Amino acid sequence: MKLITAIIRPFKLDEVREALSEIGVSGITVTEVKGFGRQKGHTELYRGAEYVVDFLPKIKVEVAVPSDRLDAAIEAIQQSAGTGKIGDGKIFVVALEQVIRIRTGEVGPDAL
Amino acid sequence: MTTATLTGPRAAARTPVHTLRALLLGALLTFGAFGAIAQDTAAQDTDATAASADTAVPAEMAAPAEAAPAETTAEAVAAEAAADDADASQAPAPSADKGDTAWLMVCAALVIFMTLPGLALFYGGMVRSKNVLSVLMQCLVVFSLVAVLWALYGYSLAFTPGNAFIGGFDRLFAKGLDASALGATFTKGVYIPELVFFIFQGAFACITCALIVGAFAERVKFAGVLVFTVIWFTFAYTPMAHMVWFFPGPDAFTDADAAAAATAASGYLWAKGALDFAGGTVVHINAAVAGLVGAYVVGPRVGYRKEAIKPHNLTQTMVGAAILWFGWFGFNAGSALEANGVAALALVNTFLATSAAVLAWTAAEWIVRGKPSMLGGASGAVAGLVAITPAAGLVGLMGAIALGAIAGVVCFWGVSGLKKLLGADDSLDVFGVHGVGGILGAVLTGVFAAPALGGAGLWDYVTETGVAEYSIASQVWIQFQGVLVTVLLSGVVSLVAFMIVKYTVGLRVNEDAEREGLDIASHGEAAYEH
Repeated sequence: MKLITAIIRPFKLDEVREALSEIGVSGITVTEVKGFGRQKGHTELYRGAEYVVDFLPKIKVEVAVPSDRLDAAIEAIQQSAGTGKIGDGKIFVVALEQVIRIRTGEVGPDAL
Repeated sequence: MTTATLTGPRAAARTPVHTLRALLLGALLTFGAFGAIAQDTAAQDTDATAASADTAVPAEMAAPAEAAPAETTAEAVAAEAAADDADASQAPAPSADKGDTAWLMVCAALVIFMTLPGLALFYGGMVRSKNVLSVLMQCLVVFSLVAVLWALYGYSLAFTPGNAFIGGFDRLFAKGLDASALGATFTKGVYIPELVFFIFQGAFACITCALIVGAFAERVKFAGVLVFTVIWFTFAYTPMAHMVWFFPGPDAFTDADAAAAATAASGYLWAKGALDFAGGTVVHINAAVAGLVGAYVVGPRVGYRKEAIKPHNLTQTMVGAAILWFGWFGFNAGSALEANGVAALALVNTFLATSAAVLAWTAAEWIVRGKPSMLGGASGAVAGLVAITPAAGLVGLMGAIALGAIAGVVCFWGVSGLKKLLGADDSLDVFGVHGVGGILGAVLTGVFAAPALGGAGLWDYVTETGVAEYSIASQVWIQFQGVLVTVLLSGVVSLVAFMIVKYTVGLRVNEDAEREGLDIASHGEAAYEH
């Protein structure tokens, strides 16, 4: 099993969710986050005060998949979240040791 | 007869009460054993009501220096006393004009609405979310504190006869301030209940003190604000109101000699002929200087110019600015003290100057900074409102637009270029907007009030007509003196008051409390669930 963490543009969330549903992913976790990468921030002006805002709002999507669905999931996210411009985000993949469904006690891929 | 002694700022001065209380009481008392001191001239024959009103001064107030109109013709007293008794007994007692009364009561509520919630929201939106309640609370409690002080002694010090700089104690603890007491307007023989004048003026005192808190928001100690407010209100606000607005009322201006005496009994700046229709000096410059001194003495916020200290809710600020504008119609148009053409002029100027200032600030910011901001637009509105305040009923429509436009641009500089020069962390730009806009408005009132520029010019209270001659240069000089007196008085009183607070209850919270936010640290609550 693998845990995919994708940082995406906020307005791409619905497309990413749909793309993942199409390949059979049954659940995701979403968090509103801020961060910076290659995309530059912006300047805000409040009367005489000028602030450079480096941290931009992004959405973090976490999705756990069986190892054999990893490539499909990555492709779905990349296709749906991309615009081709700087600021599209990143996808991180880590190995997932165990998954337990709290209600039933199922473990491993059955719990996904 | 010189212009200086015969004419005065029309509607610039607020009415005193002394004479009017005198006339009502006098009219009643003449039936009894008290001898009314009579003062009168030819007018008596043609207008019995006005004459008796002018002249009757009850014995209880007989301190000669205070009995402004009576004093001037004391020699006539004996000869005319009998006749006057007769006149007074036949004349109907003066009564309040119902239309003016209704209008002023509405205006008083409008001015109160400016502070609560207008100013509170305007300020609250500009601070960080951890401090919004502290600012709302400061506005609410300062308002309430000043309202009570106004009744205890503030009104008396501001609006009863005293010397040129401060009033007396005739109305201490609101003595004699009952439903039957009358206050003057700017027209002879037209009165409003003194209680209405009391609350209208009280609302001004409240917002002036509340304005100051914006300058040291986000780090000031709550108790410090309250102690400062008591000292500053007593020694800066009440004398300024007295100096600028106190005069013995139009009824005292019966002829040249009476006018000279009445002017001599007026506030220092009123007697000089300084024009301040609705409080550019008393309210805005006064509060702004206090704020600036406070910003220096309290010191900058932790992280100022190092961390991003951003407004947390500019929607609130926009709503607050809009409420301020709405309430300001009462502030400016109500300052005519009557529901008449002057009030209408002030109303329209409040509409136009503000709009011109919004456009000017927005254009300036758009050109200089690249983007027209919402905060800039709202700030422009307040700058325009501040600038038109002293001029509201005195300038023409085109003058108002010009005044507003100039204020929009100059106040934009006030919160950017000037702020850098001054170096103080005036959190919400009280000086940049109210100080700069107030000074600009006060000085430019001297320009745009000129009849040649569509203004109303000066007013002759004796003949109740406008004065033809008007010198822009000399009026601007008088206006400048008004500004100077305000800056000096408020500056000195503020500095002393802040020092007293600093070494007694303390002026600012400790750094941990400031980091945590005043809402939690000082008030034990949070505005928002995150």
